[in-house]
Order: sequence, then structure tokens, then C-alpha cells
Amino acid sequence: MSWFERLLAISAKEVRQLARDRITVGLIVGIPTIQLLLFGYAINFDVRGVSAAVLDQSRTSLSRRVVADLGATQVLGEIRQAGSERELRELIQRGETNVGIVIAPDLERRVAEGDRAAMQILVDGSQPALENIAEGLSSIPILRRAGTPAASRPVEIVVAYNPDKRTAVQIVPALCGVILTMTMVIFTASAIVRERERGNLELLITTPVTRGQLMAGKLLPYVVIGLIQTTLILTLGYWLFDVPVAGRLIDLYLGALLFIAASLSLGLFISTLAQTQFQAMQMAIVTMLPSILMSGFMFPFEGMPAVAQGIAQVLPLTHFNEIIRGIVLRGASLTDMQPELAKLGVFLAAMLALSIARFRKRLD
Amino acid sequence: MTAAISARGLARHFGAVVAVAGIDLDVPCAQIYGFLGPNGSGKSTTIRMLCGLMVPTRGTVTVLGHAVPKESEALRRKLGYMTQRFSLWEDLTVAENLDFMGRVYGLERALRHERMRDRVANYDLAGIVGQRAGTLSGGQRQRLALAAATLHDPELLLLDEPTSAVDPQSRRDFWENLFALVAAGTTILVSTHYMDEAERCHRLAILDRGRIAAEGEPKELVRDIDATVIEIESEDLVAARRALATLPAVRSVAQLGNRLRVLLHCDARDPEGELGAALASHCPDARVERVEASLEDVFVAATRLRKEAETVAERAA
Repeated sequence: MSWFERLLAISAKEVRQLARDRITVGLIVGIPTIQLLLFGYAINFDVRGVSAAVLDQSRTSLSRRVVADLGATQVLGEIRQAGSERELRELIQRGETNVGIVIAPDLERRVAEGDRAAMQILVDGSQPALENIAEGLSSIPILRRAGTPAASRPVEIVVAYNPDKRTAVQIVPALCGVILTMTMVIFTASAIVRERERGNLELLITTPVTRGQLMAGKLLPYVVIGLIQTTLILTLGYWLFDVPVAGRLIDLYLGALLFIAASLSLGLFISTLAQTQFQAMQMAIVTMLPSILMSGFMFPFEGMPAVAQGIAQVLPLTHFNEIIRGIVLRGASLTDMQPELAKLGVFLAAMLALSIARFRKRLD
Repeated sequence: MTAAISARGLARHFGAVVAVAGIDLDVPCAQIYGFLGPNGSGKSTTIRMLCGLMVPTRGTVTVLGHAVPKESEALRRKLGYMTQRFSLWEDLTVAENLDFMGRVYGLERALRHERMRDRVANYDLAGIVGQRAGTLSGGQRQRLALAAATLHDPELLLLDEPTSAVDPQSRRDFWENLFALVAAGTTILVSTHYMDEAERCHRLAILDRGRIAAEGEPKELVRDIDATVIEIESEDLVAARRALATLPAVRSVAQLGNRLRVLLHCDARDPEGELGAALASHCPDARVERVEASLEDVFVAATRLRKEAETVAERAA
């Protein structure tokens, strides 16, 4: 009977118990699916089809072209015409329109002289995202280059890798890491505590099973589950949100494997700290929130204060986000991702060492 | 006869609480050795120290020739342990639990299956092999736990209150199984708080607040009891009790139906006469009779009398 067979005995038992826990089995598939649908459809960082109204006091060919150009950005949806400034303000107040555009009567002269604002944009300030839109609209180049055709705009904005600025393209890969963090840490955080709570551990530690066999045997099934979840997320992402994988799949899975192992080792470490499953859950959540908020999933990493960036460096999700965005969106390979891979590896090794050091085959 | 377990000065503290206060122990091979004691007397803690689950605060332990806790890992293969609480997996079936334990103990497939068949037959598990452990009755769980603990043919079995959740018939059957194991050469250490179980042991240690209050074969313990046992029969046992309370020689009074069982210090010259005189005025119908001590008397004498002696000593100091 080899060392590995005893480990497999632990894994087989774990799988059997898991398979009998129907709710958990449901969660393995359910969590990724629900999260992906929620985040994919509901969270939308880009804004389209904002309702707008124009008060065109100029009524010249230039003003009509400005309006047409605004419409062409797709940021604004249907653009209504307002008869007076008062009507425009009322439209905004009633919420029928989010953006109001006032074009000055002497548009052409103001554009030519360039000393006064030729166009005024009224924004419903109660909706924060709209301010950014106004920002964008005000830089419509046509106002600075009156008389020249729109095609010859001096500045053209090209968005690389996600030309459509679709949130799903950024969200799906990052979501893969977030979902794995949630499920992997939570599943393993209770793995050892559960046996301790139910009294199984007292029996198990009087057997010849070693600490390493016990830990590795417990983690192995979840590694497989993590890979299944990764596949599920990427498949759904491809079908529902048209997010293809630009890089190689093998790179993606190897990166995911390392991240899964790192997350599991974190859960395992929690499992050696907690006395009850309830404590383990709370500790898992404590590690999860910073992962979601600080890893660059929600907010751009560069915008965070130095302390937060330091904390983010410790979180496996931060590095996995880099890896998976690189592979899925930019078509990078694992060799481009060596620093991130190294950081994940260090995290994994440290957590495993801490877990084994903390776990004693004793009750005191 | 070599000792399967020997311990010297074994003690365990939990912070300020002294769970085991320095005990010496010699458990002979191929016998059933009992730990008799009330809850909190240190039975479980001692058993846990013997199998390396807890590190002693003081003292040395040798189990089957291995120094514990240093060589616990080598000992594990020779040791079977049944915890006080059912600790197999409730969401696995009887067969799956046995198979898992067999694999964990490193039994090869063929041997494992042979042993499983054998235990299933011996411990009357045939009808429930496919049933999940969580749905078993107390007696069935206990048979399963014993089957799992003996799957690897251990030289030593440690049983921590194995029959606390089991009906009397199951307890009898369980003890039959233990004797069969002993006949095959297994040494068994069993803790209990049932007198009838204690009587079945070859040797017995009575534990009280972390100390061994008495040790020996049950018969020896009864013979050498440090008290005189008197039974009093009377219509008015309340009055009799009241009268007994005034006597300094009386150490313990317990009612058994319409009788009082009284333990007296054994230094009384004429215990029957002394009691008869004291009872004469309060309940003239009282019949006083000296009787054989039972193991329960030994237990009471060893635990309660010692406590009183200590209290007196403390007051004097």
C-alpha cells in the first residue's frame, strides 16, 4: 500500500460525501452560473442609449450636424427636441431625459472665435455615471474643427482588445477568478473543521494517516471541481457573452490550476484556524471581500492607495486577474506571466506550510 | 506477564484545571482492564494520553513497547480506538465506512475485503451493510465502531465509554465480543461508569478527580474494602436516616427500595450494635444486618470517603 493510495482513500471518501450532499453539488454548478449571469448581464460599466433632449437655438446646418454626431456616438439614444430652455429643464426634472444639450443661437460664431462655450450640457447629477458621459460629449471634436468634415478628426480614440467597450469582455475572465475564490475558499475552509465538529477527526488522527496525506487528500477533489467550474464559466462566457479565449487553452488551465491550488490552500489554512464551521465561514468571507474589491476586479488597481495596493499584492486573485486577462483577452502565454505565476506559487507554498505546521495529529 | 501499558506519574493540566493528577498504571496483556469513574474523573484524558492524542503535562507512558507521545506514529498501526462519541462518517454506509478505515490502515484490497466479511458476520452487521451510519441505532453504531476499530487486528484496543448509548442487551452482546477478542490475545482498556461492566473486567482502576482511588481485581477490591457495609430495614426510613446522621462513624447512606445501605468506617468495633442502639429510640422496628460489600460500595468508599478525609485534613491544616 503506497503513500499515494492512502491519500486517494481520503479523496474518495471526500468525493463520496460530497456527492451525497445534493445542495453542495448544486452549488458547484449553480454559483458560477448565477454569478456569471448576474454580473454579465446586470453589471454594465459602459453606458449606452442615454435619453437626451436638444434645445437647438441655432438651427443651422452645423448645429444639425453636431446633433447627428452626438447621436452617432451611440452613447445617447433617442434625441428629443425641446422648444425652450424651461421645457428642457422640466424634462430633466421629471426624469424623462438624463442629458440636456443646449446649442447657443450663435453657434457658428462661437465655434469660430472659440472664446465662449458654444454648447451647454445639462446633466442629471443624481446619477453619477452620467457626469462622465457629459465629459465625453463635451470633447466631441466637431466643435473645435467647425467646417471640416467629421472624418478628419484629429484625435481618434481606439480601444484596444475590447473595441466595443463591452463590459462582459472584461468581466467574464475576471469573474472566473472571483467565482473560484468564493467556492474554493469556502469549500475547503470547512473541510477539516467539519470533521472536527462531527468528531471524525479524533478517530482519523489515531490512524496511520499522515498530515500530508490528510491535507492533500482533502484538497484533490476540489482541484477537479475548480477546473470544472473554470470550464463552465469560460463556456458560458463564450456562448452567452461572446468572449473568446485569445491565448492557448493549456496556458489558461495551467494558470487556473495554480490559482485553484492557492485558493484551496488559503481555505485549508482557515480550516486549521477555525474551531467551528461558522467561524470558518466568517473567516472565508473576511478574505473574500478584499479579494473582490481590491484585486482590480471592481476598481482599477492603479487608482487605489498604496496600502491597498500592498494588500492586493498578497491576494491570489490580483495575480490571477492579470494572468487570465492576459491569456483570454490579449492572447498572452504563461511565459509572459512569470512574475504573477511566481507570486501565486509563493502564496501556495506559504499557505500549505502554515497549514501543515498548524495541524497536529493531536487534540491539545 | 508483560505490561501492555505502563505509565508513571502521568498528569495532565488544562490551564488551572488538573484533569489527571499523576497516576501510575500497569495494564497486563490479553486482559480487559477497566477505568471506573464518574464524569470528569480523568478517564478520557488518560486514554487520550495513552494513544498520543494528548501530550502529558508530566510523566512517562510506554504502550506496547513504544514511548508515547514520541513514537505515537509507530504505535498507531497496533492500536484500535473507539471514541466516546460515534466518530465514523454518518453520510457513508456501513460498508463504505469499513472500507475507508481498512484503506486508511493500509490493508491490501483482498485482505481488506476478507476482514470486512469477517467483521460483518461476527458483529451482526450483515443486514445493514448498505445502510448509512447516520440511520443506525445505538447498538448498531457501536457494533460498527467496534468492527472498524478491530479491522486491522490491533494488539491493543482503547474503548472510551463504549456502551453509554446502548441498551442492556446490546451491552451484553458487546461484552461477549470483547471477551472473544481477549481470547484471541487482544489487550483491552475500557472506561465506564457502569458497575456491572466494571465487574466484568479482569482488573479495574477506580478513578476519582484525576487520581487512582483503588486498583485491583474486582473481587480483591470487594474483599479489601476500607469500610463496613450494613443494611437497615425499617418502616420509617426517614427517621432512621435522621438518626444515622448523628453518628460520626457513618460515611454514606443510600436507599435501596425499603432498605438503607450504610457504609461505616471499618475501625468500628461492633458496627451492628452501635447502629442498633442509635436507631432503637427513633425507629424500634429497624433490623440491622451486616452484608457483603459490592463493587458500588467499593466505588463509593474509594471516592466519597477519600474526599471527606481530604476535607477534614484541609480543615485541620
